[in-house]
Amino acid sequence: MTDTELMWRIAGGSGDGIDSTSQNFAKALMRAGLNVFTHRHYPSRIRGGHTYVEVRADSEPVRSRGDGFNFLLALGDSFARNPSEDAFYGDEEVKPLTENLDELNEGGVIVYDEGLLEGDDVANLNERAEENDWHVYPLDLRGLAREHGREVMRNTAGVGATAALLDMDITHIEDLMEDAMSGDVLEANLQILEEAYEDVKDNYEFTHDLRAPTGEHDEQQVLLSGSNAIAYGAIDEGCRFIAGYPMTPWTDVFTIMSQHLPDIGGISEQVEDEIAAAALAIGASHTGVKAMSGSSGGGFALMSEPLGLAEMTETPLVLIEAMRAGPSTGMPTKPEQADLEHVLYTSQGDSTRVVFAPGNIRECYDQIRAAFRIAYEYQIPSILVYDQKLQGELRNVDESFFDREPNADPGTTMTEEEIAEAAHHASGKFQRFGEGDENGVSPRSVPGQKGGRFLATGNEHSPEGHISEDTENRVRQMDRRLGKLDTIREELDGADDSHQTYYGPDTAEYGIMVWGSHQDTVFEAVDRLNDAGHSVKALGVSDLMPYPEAEVTEFIESVEECLVVEMNATAQFRGLTQKELGRFGPKLNSFLKYNGEPFEPYEVVEGFERTVDGAPDVPEGTKFVPAAGD
Amino acid sequence: MSAFSAIDEEREIDRDEFTPGIEPQPTWCPGCGDFGVLKALKQAMPEVGRTPDETLLVTGIGCSGKLNSYFESYGFHTIHGRSLPVARAAKLANPGLEVIAAGGDGDGYGIGGNHFIHTARENHDMTYIVFNNEIFGLTKGQTSPTSPKGHKSKTQPHGSAKQPIRPLSQSLTAGASYVARTAAVNPNQAKEIIAEAIEHDGFAHIDFLTQCPTWNKDAKQYVPYVDVQQSDDYDFDVTDREEAGKMMYEVESKLHEGEVLTGRFYRDDDRMSYGEEKRAVGEMPDDPLAERYFDEDAEWERSADLMHYHR
Repeated sequence: MTDTELMWRIAGGSGDGIDSTSQNFAKALMRAGLNVFTHRHYPSRIRGGHTYVEVRADSEPVRSRGDGFNFLLALGDSFARNPSEDAFYGDEEVKPLTENLDELNEGGVIVYDEGLLEGDDVANLNERAEENDWHVYPLDLRGLAREHGREVMRNTAGVGATAALLDMDITHIEDLMEDAMSGDVLEANLQILEEAYEDVKDNYEFTHDLRAPTGEHDEQQVLLSGSNAIAYGAIDEGCRFIAGYPMTPWTDVFTIMSQHLPDIGGISEQVEDEIAAAALAIGASHTGVKAMSGSSGGGFALMSEPLGLAEMTETPLVLIEAMRAGPSTGMPTKPEQADLEHVLYTSQGDSTRVVFAPGNIRECYDQIRAAFRIAYEYQIPSILVYDQKLQGELRNVDESFFDREPNADPGTTMTEEEIAEAAHHASGKFQRFGEGDENGVSPRSVPGQKGGRFLATGNEHSPEGHISEDTENRVRQMDRRLGKLDTIREELDGADDSHQTYYGPDTAEYGIMVWGSHQDTVFEAVDRLNDAGHSVKALGVSDLMPYPEAEVTEFIESVEECLVVEMNATAQFRGLTQKELGRFGPKLNSFLKYNGEPFEPYEVVEGFERTVDGAPDVPEGTKFVPAAGD
Repeated sequence: MSAFSAIDEEREIDRDEFTPGIEPQPTWCPGCGDFGVLKALKQAMPEVGRTPDETLLVTGIGCSGKLNSYFESYGFHTIHGRSLPVARAAKLANPGLEVIAAGGDGDGYGIGGNHFIHTARENHDMTYIVFNNEIFGLTKGQTSPTSPKGHKSKTQPHGSAKQPIRPLSQSLTAGASYVARTAAVNPNQAKEIIAEAIEHDGFAHIDFLTQCPTWNKDAKQYVPYVDVQQSDDYDFDVTDREEAGKMMYEVESKLHEGEVLTGRFYRDDDRMSYGEEKRAVGEMPDDPLAERYFDEDAEWERSADLMHYHR
């Protein structure tokens, strides 16, 4: 974080083009040489409601949402219902202003569309502005848009005004518009952009200090989300089959894959429900194709039984669980990490699966590839669990990061020549579930291969796949299947790149542990804490099953005390850690948040200070749970 | 060269090839209608010229789910009600396979009803055999979706208050392009219908009446039966949707009045199968997807080539 960073928030109603406008604005900043990071906030509504996207930009790397923000573009909610304070949703018309003011930093800039919003309708706007040194620029964005095009182009006018106030070059914005639009629409938008830009430049006296930061990239950057990275990792791993059913926020990966698969020889199937979706992925994988499915909480619950079938039949399978706030329908568009235990243990019987939780966009790419490789090598379901935060946030990454070799190898799948050499039952049936190799993996045939016939069944079965309740066979098969998890753990521990991410000085006195999407927010907090004189380091854990026992043990042993940061109410990851390690209860404090808003770095800072100093309060919306015995 | 040399292999096929060496003897009760399905299926396979190695038999849960334990081919004994989504993905992944799904009436019309509707609607090129014994057998005799109204069981001791499902009508409405009913007591017709269903390019649904002598003693043994195509009493055009619909309604109603009507009730040979439809709109590759993974020379696209969207 630097003093000059920009934290721009565009606010309006769903349907006002907040998302696309912010994406283009972030991309323009990236093209101008800055590092960018976006944070989306939106309701589960088609039209209207309080929506915003924050774009954080700096010459230094940015990896989290910031603390508050310093530029508000309040477009006004053009789909507002009930323009009265007493209405169920409150006075929605002024929400783009009122709902955002509390988080606007001192010295911040406000641009609002006076064509839609009355500043007078916002209680004490002038007083608050004076108190907080806000610089308010009411502009008739709607009027400008109407004059040159259509009213919906207000967002373009807002971007033009933003660029003028921040002293930005609008060339990149124009280029992006030219990429996305054509004809009259493009002409109108360009005209509105330039008009707003010139108007603000010429006719307003700037009282604020904030200007767009400047920067330069050493190499080509790309702007993408965790969902993009998951889809691209899957494509590079040779996944050419996806089945799904729409559900927020999983829909993102499903949509991206569905857009690309037909062009690259793949198949996407939107089906009747999530039970079918998982079952289709199993059917395709059983037939030799690299396949995936996924959903969010409720839909993933429907996949429980097929997931168990894949475990029992040792069918390679990759599933995504894109978490959102629960229980039940919960808050569909809000992030939470409360499905950890669900993902680890759902489905009857002892869990035989691999679960990864990537911490950022790069890890999404790397870990979905690992998930596929392991699933097909070890014939086991792999689940990648992420959430609405990592799904929706955009961040710039070096393009060269994606310059990788594909790997479509279907793992321990045999060719007909290999099948001919392999063990068969006297009756001619292939021993699909034999003792296997040193890893307990018994190579598979796929239907249509000569001499590879076997029965796959969800019942316990003999080496040929026939139903068997023989006690010795049962124990042998169970031990072989579960034993694969030990081998996978050994392989992951021995790899050059651990999925666990370490941050901060090795010798630090205190530790923070985090899993999944909040990793980089915690890392930012670690920097601030160390700058402020604390001695702290962090561990971002991605391997959840099989659990990275050695790495976590070493980390916890190396610190006095540890804070476990996660977005749920019952400290599920702390619980998992204690279950897996069987100790450290008195050393692990929890810092939780489950109000639907991701952690901001300052909250983690204050949560940590609560751990070491016993500071009395933690920020509103967060919760500190001391270690056992404290 | 195909990595799947069993597919479309030209050779003589003996029905004994379909009897597995591991479990040649089914564990069904003596007199069970399921034997009739197994026998008819084994007889139909050589007739349609498909071998065990190119056939995938996907089953659900129940007595009927054991079918692939006693039938030699690639088999997938799935979970209750889910044979169809597993089966149809296999067909999309490798269209050269002969894919047959099978399960009971509870499996297909009850717990898996949603999949039945959508698989029929999409017209996947596969055969679906429903063992209809109007009862839950393996769990010892509870009322099933096809049990007649008033049927008494341990779970409905005063008699079922529900009308039974109309499987043929439902299949037609959902979009199946071949719908037939046969019975275990009618082995020749059963074999012929299974062979026709397998050769049909689309979703072929067979409602197969399989008497349960253990848990449904009250029910008829499905004799005497009438083949509507052989009988002078029935005259309808099997390719006419409206006539087929009327006929099905009558057939379903009469079953509960003690009259067993069997035969072919609908067929549409012009409708494209789902795979063909999907290929026609460019949503499925022309060559079997499964082959690509065994082709060492295959070129795999990279995400690096998609990065221009993100610059």
